[in-house]
Amino acid sequence: MVAWIGRRGVIGGAAALSAGLWASRPGRAASAMGFDEARHLLSRTSFGATPAEIQVVEAQDYVTAVDRLLGSVRREALTPRPAWPAEGPAGLHRKEQAAQKERAEAQRKTGVDGKPLQITNPVQEQARELRNWWVEEMLVTDQPLTERMVLFWHNHFTSSFQKVRYPAGLLGQNALFRREALGSYATLLKEVARDPAMLIYLDGRQSVARQPNENFARELLELFTLGEGHYSETDIKEAARAFTGWSIDEQTGQFVSRDKQHDDGEKTFLGRTGRFDGDDIIAILLRHPRTAETIVEKLWREFVSLQPDAAEVKKLAASFRHGYQIKPLMRSLFLSAQFRDPANRGALIKSPIDLIVGTVRVLGLPVPEKTQLVRMMQGLGQTPFDPPNVKGWVGGENWVTTYTLLLRQQFLRRIVEATTVAPMEAGGVAMADRPNRRADRRQQQPGDGAMQTGAMQTGAMQMAEARPVEGRSLRYAGNEARLGPTLVGVDASTLTRTLLPRAPIDAVDASGSAGAVVAAAMLDTAYQLK
Amino acid sequence: MSLVLLLVELKGGNDGLNTVIPYADPKYHELRPGIGVARERVLPLDEKVGLHEKLEPLMESWKARDFAILQGVGYPYPNRSHFRSIEIWDTASASNQTLSEGWIAQAFEGASLAKGAGVDSIVIDTNALPSTGPSLRTIVMPDAENFLRQAEALKDSTGAMDGGNPALRHLLAVRHEINAAAKGLSEQLRAAPPPAQAYPADGPLGRQFDLATRVLTARVPVVAIKAAIGGFDTHANQVQTHERLLGFLASNLALLRRNLIAADRWNDVVVMTYSEFGRRAKQNASAGTDHGAAAPHFVMGGAVKGGLYGGHPSLSDLEDGDIRHSIDFRSVFATMAQSCWGLRRDFGLRRPQKIGFIAA
Repeated sequence: MVAWIGRRGVIGGAAALSAGLWASRPGRAASAMGFDEARHLLSRTSFGATPAEIQVVEAQDYVTAVDRLLGSVRREALTPRPAWPAEGPAGLHRKEQAAQKERAEAQRKTGVDGKPLQITNPVQEQARELRNWWVEEMLVTDQPLTERMVLFWHNHFTSSFQKVRYPAGLLGQNALFRREALGSYATLLKEVARDPAMLIYLDGRQSVARQPNENFARELLELFTLGEGHYSETDIKEAARAFTGWSIDEQTGQFVSRDKQHDDGEKTFLGRTGRFDGDDIIAILLRHPRTAETIVEKLWREFVSLQPDAAEVKKLAASFRHGYQIKPLMRSLFLSAQFRDPANRGALIKSPIDLIVGTVRVLGLPVPEKTQLVRMMQGLGQTPFDPPNVKGWVGGENWVTTYTLLLRQQFLRRIVEATTVAPMEAGGVAMADRPNRRADRRQQQPGDGAMQTGAMQTGAMQMAEARPVEGRSLRYAGNEARLGPTLVGVDASTLTRTLLPRAPIDAVDASGSAGAVVAAAMLDTAYQLK
Repeated sequence: MSLVLLLVELKGGNDGLNTVIPYADPKYHELRPGIGVARERVLPLDEKVGLHEKLEPLMESWKARDFAILQGVGYPYPNRSHFRSIEIWDTASASNQTLSEGWIAQAFEGASLAKGAGVDSIVIDTNALPSTGPSLRTIVMPDAENFLRQAEALKDSTGAMDGGNPALRHLLAVRHEINAAAKGLSEQLRAAPPPAQAYPADGPLGRQFDLATRVLTARVPVVAIKAAIGGFDTHANQVQTHERLLGFLASNLALLRRNLIAADRWNDVVVMTYSEFGRRAKQNASAGTDHGAAAPHFVMGGAVKGGLYGGHPSLSDLEDGDIRHSIDFRSVFATMAQSCWGLRRDFGLRRPQKIGFIAA
């Protein structure tokens, strides 16, 4: 409980700080980039930016802003890790079986009128905590770019809970992605090959000299480095031999190298011959020009646009190859003419996580119940720690289908309906002139001690300060929520320019209340873009 | 003449051996001392296999010879993960191959479709993978009324400009697709009479079949409809659960048949069940069964030639404790594509088996 309040305190502090900066209007750089470019930079490097955050960046010189963004990586999560007993897959599996047995017995005992006992599956429970933990981190982090990169690496070096069923392993893998989020791709590749979750996900733990399993080797070549068409089936077989013996200790869940299971014979891989082990294979792959190109192309699709510029990719890859440092690569990407081209603003489709986390952040909503948010992500096709298959989320246009577009709109409508917006302070639109049921009901100022009618009626919230609502659905969290400090007092035009990367598709009535402007922007098709 | 395929997914992996039961095989009772179905509770189909007595509502169809049972349907190198195996089925892939388009969408690649109702495929559960792909306009609507309401709230995008932005172009196209589908469907569905006999309200399948019946009765020109029923992942104390599920499935299928006969649509529809895998031949220590491989599946419809297809599953020649497949599911799909839609497809098989369960 103490930690919970403390964490919230940190966030409150950060918000207050940026609001303060905005109010004092620090000196603008001579080459200040302006609002729309600042918005673009932040929308691609975070989960969506508030007017205050944009205001801070817009006064800066573009290069300075990029360097600041890249300069403040968070190598460890702000959110405390879920506390699980230190155990390997074997112990966890035993617990799961015990729970299954218990459940079966509980089922048998059920009488005609007795309700069955609820026995939770410890593995599923840990998975739930794991997903909630990451979503929490995305919501509260002060370094969203780090989380964007972690998500990128999670989608590159995929592992899914569905297969791994060992949440501590996935948590460890996530820590690796965070540690090296903007570090070294070479280190990532070497570590991933020894990563316990990966060794489970792609069957490396079962790969032995007598019977090499090709799963990891295949994906290493096809997805992690070269890409299809740049290797042969023999290369896969030979690489698989080199990785034999890399396994995990089922009791501790740690990586082990079992020499007796390793095939130390001669292998021929991509034209080279030697008694290679896994690290040798990785070294050969890192020398291959395709590896850097694969990564740059993928980063381009994630951060710049859906159509990578072939010449620019080659250029960026050529320098990335020397040392595989991710941070300078990202710097070049953000400084590229293509990234800064106004035509590329709004040229990417928000992923479900962008949409959900971004909406909660930008609207300054109290942190809703995370299991509910994860369920929404799942419905929209992006469950953290559960990419659909080894290729990861295809993303891009695939995020939006007839099904998911309606679900996205439904999610947004639900937020719009359940959330109040404070009246505009400037602009002179008097609340009483345009009665807004949602806005009227919740005119609560933090700290003024007054209970708004909604909360009084439900009796749910007995504290004066707006607090996150845990354990309740997003729809009802709004009962005591008005739009947080993020959007209060912002004029209609800035609200629209904050929420949308380009002009609205459908006409927005800018004469309405701030609430109406925000609602119209969120339900506009352009809100699906970033 | 084109037939509408109604897919019914049995989620979780249906226990084929307790569905179509090799009752005459002593090995069956040896492997399943606790959960095996006693001889007297089996409805014999021939001297070797029979249906679980809970499937009795299907006997009407069996006797009318419009109910085919395909035995031992599966694929080489079976994967026993729910998630991965259903993906293999839905995309008609090989065991070690990852495809992103569904098999029905693949079948219609390059084929011309009448663009009548603004929708080609309706998914009433939430797994749309079989008809996911650019060749089909697929609508997922677990709840038709809700879908139509949602669609109405989404303004039509006619006239909106994408300004050369491909991401926006895609969004506007999807929006238009929803509007078009809703327009086509709302008129036809609202005009459709309710099913002759109401479906039972105790379970999701009845509600899904109700919508399927209305879509078919209204003659919405779709190529496929998909429904699903969950709960087949019976690892522990499975008897009661599994019997209840078989009961649901059979009574709803029987009702569907009667309703479609009453609406004069039964000859235009082929119903097919599928599931990610069957279950282990030997029962486990918790009176349940673990993930297995091949299993029998049902095909019904006025155009179906009833009877048993594929060899009886052998319990003495198991592969890692599981039934070996005698019919590759991709051969079943190839037969469907040919007989329902006149499309010759092999789904990556060098020589798909010809299974004559639909009258040519």
